[in-house]
Amino acid sequence: MKRHALTVYALLVVGYLMLPIAVVILFSFNKPAGRFNYVWEEFTLDNWVHWNSILGIQDAIITSLEVGLLATLVATVLGTLIAIAIVRHQFVGRGTTNVLVFLPMSTPEIVLGASLLTLFLNTTAIFQLGFGTIFIAHVMFIVSFIVVTVKARLIGFDRHLEEAALDLGANEVTTFRKITLPLIAPAMLAAALLGFALSIDDFVITYFNAGATQTFPVFVWGIARVSVPPQVNVVASAIFLVAIALALGNVFWQYRSAKKTQGAT
Amino acid sequence: MTDTTRERQGSNLSQTPAVADVRLEDVVKRFDDSTAVDGISLEIPRGSFFALLGPSGCGKTTTLRMIGGFEEPTEGRIFLGDQDVVGRPPYKRDVNTVFQSYALFPHMSIEGNVAFGLERKRVPKDELKGRVAEILELVGLSGFAKRKPRQLSGGQQQRVALARALVNHPRVLLLDEPLGALDLKLRKQMQLELKRIQHEVGITFVHVTHDQEEAMTMADTIAVMSGGKIEQLGPPTELYERPATAFVAGFLGVSNLLPGTVEGADAIRLDEGTVVRAVLNGRSGQVAAGVRPEKISIGAGGGSNELPGTISETAYIGVATQVVVRTAAGTVQVFAQNMDAGGRIPAPGTNVVLSWAPESTFVVDRADSVMEEETE
Ligand SMILES: Nc1ncnc2c1ncn2[C@@H]1O[C@H](COP(=O)(O)OP(=O)(O)OP(=O)(O)O)[C@@H](O)[C@H]1O
Ligand SMILES: [Mg+2]
Repeated sequence: MKRHALTVYALLVVGYLMLPIAVVILFSFNKPAGRFNYVWEEFTLDNWVHWNSILGIQDAIITSLEVGLLATLVATVLGTLIAIAIVRHQFVGRGTTNVLVFLPMSTPEIVLGASLLTLFLNTTAIFQLGFGTIFIAHVMFIVSFIVVTVKARLIGFDRHLEEAALDLGANEVTTFRKITLPLIAPAMLAAALLGFALSIDDFVITYFNAGATQTFPVFVWGIARVSVPPQVNVVASAIFLVAIALALGNVFWQYRSAKKTQGAT
Repeated sequence: MTDTTRERQGSNLSQTPAVADVRLEDVVKRFDDSTAVDGISLEIPRGSFFALLGPSGCGKTTTLRMIGGFEEPTEGRIFLGDQDVVGRPPYKRDVNTVFQSYALFPHMSIEGNVAFGLERKRVPKDELKGRVAEILELVGLSGFAKRKPRQLSGGQQQRVALARALVNHPRVLLLDEPLGALDLKLRKQMQLELKRIQHEVGITFVHVTHDQEEAMTMADTIAVMSGGKIEQLGPPTELYERPATAFVAGFLGVSNLLPGTVEGADAIRLDEGTVVRAVLNGRSGQVAAGVRPEKISIGAGGGSNELPGTISETAYIGVATQVVVRTAAGTVQVFAQNMDAGGRIPAPGTNVVLSWAPESTFVVDRADSVMEEETE
């Protein structure tokens, strides 16, 4: 009885979480009467076939992907190095760095966005608002997540592993490549995926610092004031499906490697 | 290397085992707020099994880590063979370490772990395969090559750690309490196994432990450490039969220390008046006469040193009966061998004479012994 109650409760929660997404997906197949895709009219596949028929939507998506990939890549390298420095080395300002790294995570986005804009506007000689400033802003907040995740992983594994590698004749570079990196790679990957998702998703900070450049969220915000075409739902649904595919892939991969190690026993 | 030089070197080894493989000269290691190692000098001959023995926190691990290259000494010099290695990173030292936590690489197979050192030396594939298989055979893990470390038991992991170090044929193998995590039975078994492997490969072993029995069973030479210093260094029998300090006497087995004053060339007058004869080693003044519990006989005839007393407690412990005797010089412990099944041990309350040989009597500083009694 109790178990059933729990199942029902869980299903209700999942339903509650999924309902908005379901609506988004459903309305990606709608053929709206006016400029706003708010009322169900009739089923069509046109929106999916002509997903880029809205002026600027394709460029916005490409910009989002470019910013997301580039910022995630740079932030992952940078964040990993910071984490290693904080965990493995003693240096002046280590404690301060440790605290400052948390700031972008704990500061309200609107404050971050506004402050960054102030910075960029005061240094127009170096920074013109656009792709570059969006990229810098995204690296800044992704780095925090990378540092925190990789740091936890570094603290979690036996320091003697690296000493053992040195002991067995590996120099510092080889030790990093053969021991440290493989051990922190899962943490780096997890943090990078999260960072990428945050970057694709971010509106507030990006809006402040985008100038004339449009990422997908900024594009949607702009267009929503005059019309909401169903293509927006199409892109949103596609992003959701990709995310689901990645998650399922991950589960499958873990299941397979678990089976492989069991097979070796 | 030609065969004749190899032969000559080989014979050199057997004739003069005093070629030092590891030499420490006045090594000091200070951390921010403490001195972990406080002026250690020692020489470890090639091919020997050397144990660093001492209580927790006495600086054993720190000493080992300085030899391995993971810590640099604050003062002093460290030689491997004839080369001063201070300042050299671990990967440029011809030593390998077996870590207390084993430190096996979790993402590599057993094979991968063992091959790691050889790969760094760019040993050709065929030779590498052969050597890995050979060493896994030696430690009895041939069937486990493809497994991951976490799929092995503690004892098996310990042997992988050993194989991973040994396969490189280092000049010296450093072992930091490698048996600490094992249960008693497995530990005893691994002690013998380690000893066998050391005989087989002939590499110098430096073994850190705080278990005196382990050090005694395994090592040719033991350095007893305390507070960052070496208290005494020598073969196990010497440390046991002739401890130089009250600390060593107390750390290796049980001993009775009777305070007194040196009188003449080979005698000590105990504080309560009895005169016992001892091996003085040139000591004079206030000392303590020491004797091991198993060297004392209950009743006359055990030797010319005699001390009267009253039995206060007896406890049967299988191989021996432990007897506590109250004497005017202090409480004395005696281990009486259970030679035959009949209970020859007198009951508590009986007045007896304890006797032992002068050769079994050692001398240590009295200041130490007083301190030791206070802490007990
Ligand atoms: N990195 C360090 N920083 C500061 N103090 C240290 C450091 N490493 C060791 N010490 C101190 O040095 C002393 C000796 O430590 P060490 O690890 O050598 O002891 P040990 O003899 O190996 O003890 P155990 O048997 O418990 O392993 C201890 O008091 C310890 O607190
Ligand atoms: Mg230690």
